[in-house]
Amino acid sequence: MSRFFVLTLNGVTQGAIYAAMALALVMIWRATKVINFAQGAMAMFTTYLAVFAIEHGTPYWVGFLVALVSGLLLGAIVERVIVRPVESAPALNVVILTLGLLLFLEALAPMAFGGQIRSFPPAFSIVGLRLGTSQVPFSPFDLFTLGSVVAVMLLLLVLFQKTDLGLRMRASAFNPEVSRLLGIRVGRMLTLGWALASLVGALAGVLIAPSLLLYPTFMDDVLVFGFTGAVLGGLDSAVGAVVGGLLMGFALTYVGGYFGSDLETVGALVILIAVLMVRPSGLFSVQRVRQV
Amino acid sequence: MVAVQSRLDRLVRPTFGRHLLFALAAAVVLLLLSSQIGAYDDYNLTAVAIFAVAAAGLNLLTGLNGQLSLGHGALMAIGAYTASLLLKDHHQFPVIVVLLAAVLSTGVIGIGFGYAAARLRGPYLAGATLTLAVAIPQVATRYKSIFGGESGLTVAPSSPPDWLGADFPPERWLAWIAFAAAIVTMVLLANLLRGAPGRAFKAVRDNEAAAALAGINVARTQVLAFVVSAACAGLAGALLAYWTGVTAPAGFTLALSLQLITAIVIGGLGSLAGAVWGSPVLVFVPLLTSGMASRLSLPSSVADNVPLAIYGCILVIAMLVAPHGIQGALRRILAYGRARWGNTPGGGQKGVVDWDDPAPDT
Repeated sequence: MSRFFVLTLNGVTQGAIYAAMALALVMIWRATKVINFAQGAMAMFTTYLAVFAIEHGTPYWVGFLVALVSGLLLGAIVERVIVRPVESAPALNVVILTLGLLLFLEALAPMAFGGQIRSFPPAFSIVGLRLGTSQVPFSPFDLFTLGSVVAVMLLLLVLFQKTDLGLRMRASAFNPEVSRLLGIRVGRMLTLGWALASLVGALAGVLIAPSLLLYPTFMDDVLVFGFTGAVLGGLDSAVGAVVGGLLMGFALTYVGGYFGSDLETVGALVILIAVLMVRPSGLFSVQRVRQV
Repeated sequence: MVAVQSRLDRLVRPTFGRHLLFALAAAVVLLLLSSQIGAYDDYNLTAVAIFAVAAAGLNLLTGLNGQLSLGHGALMAIGAYTASLLLKDHHQFPVIVVLLAAVLSTGVIGIGFGYAAARLRGPYLAGATLTLAVAIPQVATRYKSIFGGESGLTVAPSSPPDWLGADFPPERWLAWIAFAAAIVTMVLLANLLRGAPGRAFKAVRDNEAAAALAGINVARTQVLAFVVSAACAGLAGALLAYWTGVTAPAGFTLALSLQLITAIVIGGLGSLAGAVWGSPVLVFVPLLTSGMASRLSLPSSVADNVPLAIYGCILVIAMLVAPHGIQGALRRILAYGRARWGNTPGGGQKGVVDWDDPAPDT
């Protein structure tokens, strides 16, 4: 089987995870115009909570749920306690705030869970599926990864497009002032938005943890890849984030496969700079003029 | 008395003269201090000077020009690897040559990245520099034959010159080098900021459109800020290579960049003095906590991470409570005093205090 084919299949799985990360960033960006640089660290922390549960004898699925629920709670707490008070502060201050949270969580994790590097169990076999006589480099766990990301995205799509709650959340992000006048509890919608985004990030964490090892900074790279994917998609578009994340998955597995996995972040840097130079508003957005 | 006063005024009033006097005073104090204390304290003071250089550069870019860089740890890595590569295979270069080479190499890279950065705003710039911070150490890991991989490159210490005597402690010699570098950097930056470039930096930060209308070339100003800032990081990186004796990817993680941001936030965004305030925190907090941890016999996974947890809390709390840092608080107190009692030394405007955008102090 050709190397290219193998890498492409890997790229789909990786891309799904980066897409989840990108989507988490975009959801928060759209709701509060903040790039949550602590997104990766938050996902790292919830993954640690999951592995903590699993190491204490609970089945994988309990750990999986622990990660998602703690992600939901962590997102809500972060929005309510530390992001809300700086709502009207300069953008620089809010970015520094999320960086502080990143630093804090990455220090707290080894303090709480111990400094050793851990492995994270996958939910299903990571041995490739058999198609007839040949083995494809696509495992049941890859299928699960892809499936759960797609499922979460569909749920979010239904939430935002088909439900009253989703409409209210979109309205709050679009115009908080008017939404407030229309009787929408904008603050609650923002908290919910952060909580959901953090849940998606937590999902990315538990899904990628088996293929990476678990250590406090293990999500830094994933954050960078997700951010690049989000920028590829235009930072403002959920669909763009998903497509951008998938593209990053392909691009980086090719870079990793042909040049060495240490160069994946360099690849992301090159892609990011190139996109920002050529099409700063992303590949899909209608060209807008930035105020000088 | 009046004549003496006016002669003193003539010497002190011009910016350069005042900065030079400050620098001389600082040099004398530091020389006296370093010869009174032991080698261990010299070693720690060296680190303070190194962080002060890097933080001053970062504060120029972030505080005064409004470009947030999460990549200064990576720029320090470039300076450190430049120095280590020069000193590889027992090559003997004078310290000054090594430091200038590091400044030059990071400056050149700063031009390239600065051009890209000048086109980016807010979160895009932060994300791009974040990517830089994550990518650079991995390049060093990838190309083992050049950069030594995970274990890095060892750096031969710079031995003190013979005229200082045979038993002159090498720690003190390195401290002197770092002090000299820090003082020269501060004087140069202070002059730059007091002059037209400094005003341009702030004008661009506050309102790009207005700055452009006033005839300032916005992009060139931003590139200049990035290059100067990168050069400072490079100098600090080269000094750090001498200080640690080994240059390895693990020393230049994202956490290093975030520590520099902590330093300028503690000291106060947008002032050189702020960088000087903030950097001792980066050196003495870990010393204090490791002392405490060993007394409480905490495991190393806890002890090693307490400082970073503290920095994280500082960043969050500072943004919530005191976004102008120590220097901002001091400046408010001074400004309040001046406004209240009206003894402004320079005869400046009385009673007018712009708390949100205080002029940079040096």
